[in-house]
Amino acid sequence: MRLLAAVRVQEVDFSVADEYRQLAQDDSDGAVVTFVGKVRDFNDGAAVTDLTLEHYPGMTEAVLEQIVAEARSRWPLNKVTVIHRVGTMALGEQIVFIGVTSAHRKAAFAACEFLIDFLKTKAPFWKLEAGEQGKSWVEAKDADEQAAKLWQHKD
Amino acid sequence: MINVLFFAQVRELLGTAKLSLEASEQTQTAEALRATLAATDDKWAKVLSSDKLLVAVNQTISQWDTPVNDGDEVAFFPPVTGG
Repeated sequence: MRLLAAVRVQEVDFSVADEYRQLAQDDSDGAVVTFVGKVRDFNDGAAVTDLTLEHYPGMTEAVLEQIVAEARSRWPLNKVTVIHRVGTMALGEQIVFIGVTSAHRKAAFAACEFLIDFLKTKAPFWKLEAGEQGKSWVEAKDADEQAAKLWQHKD
Repeated sequence: MINVLFFAQVRELLGTAKLSLEASEQTQTAEALRATLAATDDKWAKVLSSDKLLVAVNQTISQWDTPVNDGDEVAFFPPVTGG
């Protein structure tokens, strides 16, 4: 079994089955929680045909490592995998994968949600959407900021 | 030298992904560097005056009063939208 880095930023697609297999190896883990983010057909009422993800190489990986470390400090986790794709992705393609394992489900669920909430508001990625009206940069949503802020008040 | 990077809409609007400039009294903080770059012309002034603009000094999101030193990497970009 090849060892995979916990944090990966890559152009190529990922296999949820392969990632699950890697996460689910340890018999001490009773819970594996995964999240996959995909390219959706509509954003704010406008049809989307594809999406291009830009990032800040170096800082992206550093921020993702920090977020994983923060999750580990809050919950008793075993394995954590964070994969974020960059480049151009078509409608329906996978963008992001979060996988967390723990002895019990509560920690795994909470950490998985925390990781995606923090990734969305802290990691330097930007989405450029292409649709019938041309290309436009996705605006940051207050709801995402609020979701991340909630974690400052609960464990 | 200070290495300056621009990302996403900021990069696109400025038509510039990166530049370098000599460290000076006009580049001692993130805010001073922003003001110096904004003085380039009207376009740069407009893009860099956005109240949503973020700054990272040495790959860490920073406050505008963060010191900037010779050899630092400073990036300007809009709010992030990954995930």
